[in-house]
Amino acid sequence: MGASRTADNFVVFEKVQKSYDGETLVVKDLNLSIAKGEFLTMLGPSGSGKTTCLMMLAGFETATHGEILLDGKPINNIPPHKRGIGMVFQNYALFPHMTVAENLAFPLEVRKIGKTEREEKVQRALGMVQMGEFGGRRPAQLSGGQQQRIALARALVFEPELVLMDEPLGALDKQLREHMQFEITNLAHELGITTVYVTHDQTEALTMSDRVAVFDDGRIQQLAAPDVLYEEPENSFVAQFIGENNTLLGKVESIMNGNCTVSLDSGEIIDAKAVNVSSVGERTLVSIRPERVEINKSRLMEGAHTLKAEVLEFIYMGDVFRTRLRVAGKDDFVVKTRNAPDQVRLEAGKIIELGWLPDDCRALDA
Amino acid sequence: MSGLPPYATFTQKLWHYAFRVICGIVFFFLIAPIIVIVPLSFNAQDFFTFTPEMLALDPDGYSFKHYNDFFTNPDWQQAMWNSVRIAPMATLLSVSFGTLAAIGLSQPHVPFRRALMAILISPMIVPLIISAAGMYFFYSRVGLQGSYWGVVLAHAALGIPFVIITVTATLVGFDRSLTRAAANLGANPVTTFAKVQMPLILPGVISGGLFAFITSFDEVVVVLFVGSAGQKTLPWQMFTGLREQISPTILAVATILVTISAILLATIEILRRRSERLRGMSPG
Repeated sequence: MGASRTADNFVVFEKVQKSYDGETLVVKDLNLSIAKGEFLTMLGPSGSGKTTCLMMLAGFETATHGEILLDGKPINNIPPHKRGIGMVFQNYALFPHMTVAENLAFPLEVRKIGKTEREEKVQRALGMVQMGEFGGRRPAQLSGGQQQRIALARALVFEPELVLMDEPLGALDKQLREHMQFEITNLAHELGITTVYVTHDQTEALTMSDRVAVFDDGRIQQLAAPDVLYEEPENSFVAQFIGENNTLLGKVESIMNGNCTVSLDSGEIIDAKAVNVSSVGERTLVSIRPERVEINKSRLMEGAHTLKAEVLEFIYMGDVFRTRLRVAGKDDFVVKTRNAPDQVRLEAGKIIELGWLPDDCRALDA
Repeated sequence: MSGLPPYATFTQKLWHYAFRVICGIVFFFLIAPIIVIVPLSFNAQDFFTFTPEMLALDPDGYSFKHYNDFFTNPDWQQAMWNSVRIAPMATLLSVSFGTLAAIGLSQPHVPFRRALMAILISPMIVPLIISAAGMYFFYSRVGLQGSYWGVVLAHAALGIPFVIITVTATLVGFDRSLTRAAANLGANPVTTFAKVQMPLILPGVISGGLFAFITSFDEVVVVLFVGSAGQKTLPWQMFTGLREQISPTILAVATILVTISAILLATIEILRRRSERLRGMSPG
């Protein structure tokens, strides 16, 4: 049992709390298990406690309460330099007075690894990030993307089992960022290392991770695989933070078989899936993804409730059309439709009827 | 004229030229008194003034006799030897303690760091005569007055502020995530300091050290109070020379000291550029 236990619980946060000033908790009662070889992303707005968690794992901050376990052993009293965890820093933190090769050799040198083995490992790590030719350069002579690769290689060169990444792609331009996302995930899976990745970019979190922990207000709001997180948000924070969402406020009218009807503040009745509501009369925030709104009535279920909507704005975005409508008194309701040959382009001022499948519309906490 | 746009108004033009004149005057008042010493130190006569022969550029009006006096007179030789023994030791102490203090005081969690910094910098701000008198009374009590180590410690105290200021300045630009990265990569605090922090702040340490060296090498007030005849340094000897002998040898010594200071300042500048290049602020 012991072996499987540590494989599923390679990194464990047990009731971890952190306070910097002794009064306000930045991290509140955090419980989290990360499996060996997993790519876990901590996603959240700034100040949500995600970076603090990473720093506690790296050993640069100490938990005020609770225990952090690495491979079954508590690490609260182990200084950072004895933890053997690789880390990619936000600003890369390459040593400016050393060449690229010297930067990579540094962790091997302090581990007293012999010169030939050292050079071999450095060269292999440089090859891994396609930077084999750059060993003799100084960090200042490299572009941002190249520095990022070197930082990654340096975090991997001493073959740690756990690698932490603190918004490593934040300083890169969009194209390079997307390319690096792909490379980092590939490398992490190829080498079988456990990765804890911190970001505030939800696209990054969704595309790279095995699981995503959404942080807000010092707590994990939801911990799930990317598709679950996007399609089945458990509360209104996650629904609004991940992707785009239309939200409507109302009151629960009836609940039956996991579905419910909600009477909106504007008086209209809609169908929704009861996710985070339990009793009739409760206030609720209903959320619908813009791409799940149906403007073609024939595709809706029989007897489905529909809403009247006035088209306010039509935006052509190439692959999709984005239409802003006034629905139930709110004029920021967005519908996204694919740019298909048979798709209608709605004109401003037109009145249409729209609806959705109850499964796509989630009644959450208000 | 260069630098003046074609649409400059009369006031702007006036200010443009007035600015240059003011700068010229500032430089003149700062540098002229020092420059004038240099030709005078080659005077063939025992006077502090330009002789008619010198003004006529007659080679007979110039000589190395004052330099010769400096290198042969046992009083001056003893003074130089004392300075050479005191200044490096004082510099070593200033650099060691000043660097440690600067690193400590740049940690954000240190309590009262502003107050501590002010106290350590105070020898630079308090009038020298007050520091000197204070040190005199204190060192007399603990038996350091009139000893080699007394003068060394006093000069170290005067040099520390320079080291703290220059090292603190380099630490401001020092990226704290570098020490974190070093720790994360497995380096213990001592290795991190030696391999990562020290090489990067070295230019600040060296220029602070040079300032501390010049301070000790040129200092006269404190050594008069704390030292005894056995610690008579070059500036002290110059001071007595001015008061008692009015020997132009002083001018020769002054020229030598000015040259040393100029070389040291040039070194500082070269180091500063090197550090900028290392940090990637300008292309290497």
